[in-house]
Amino acid sequence: MPKMNLSHFEAAVLFALFSSIVLGVITKRSDAERLRYGLRCFAYFIAALIGLGWLMRLGHG
Amino acid sequence: MATDQSKSTATAVRAWAPVVALGWLIPGGGHFLLKRKGRGTLLLVSVLSMFLLGLMMRGMMFQPQTGDILTTIIYVGGFVGDLASGLLYLLATWLGYSQIDMAGHVHDYGTKFLVAAGLLNILAMEDAYEIAIGKKD
Repeated sequence: MPKMNLSHFEAAVLFALFSSIVLGVITKRSDAERLRYGLRCFAYFIAALIGLGWLMRLGHG
Repeated sequence: MATDQSKSTATAVRAWAPVVALGWLIPGGGHFLLKRKGRGTLLLVSVLSMFLLGLMMRGMMFQPQTGDILTTIIYVGGFVGDLASGLLYLLATWLGYSQIDMAGHVHDYGTKFLVAAGLLNILAMEDAYEIAIGKKD
């Protein structure tokens, strides 16, 4: 099994991507709604990732 | 009357039990059984990718441990999360890919990916269950 080294950002983006796909697939009733919800979840994940990243950077001074 | 009720309960269980069981063993398997191939494929690809990434990052597989409340929640919860990946977890354990706990952010992310793959599979199983009982399309 090859070893993979990802940065915090890469790992978090991949986590957001796969989680958003699953949340989109299982939540809504039509394909268009699923796509929209999946994209919205992904956008929220990334916004939280960047927001919390900046918060921690500013918190550490 | 009671017999009719128990018959209908048995029929309902027969409708969802194989779907949930297959969904646990193979991520998205329940959806394939219910002829939702597109959604099943997306679930399979997502859960499988997350699990494989977790293994490649040398994530740890949890073993159930009890002690104080936090230890119990983390280790038993983590074990349940790992186990929820079904065949992926069983194969990875049998083939010796279960890693010991190591320091480092990549290993830590790997551990989280492995648990999250199982938790996403639980969501997929729940979705397949709702489709099987007719609550969802």
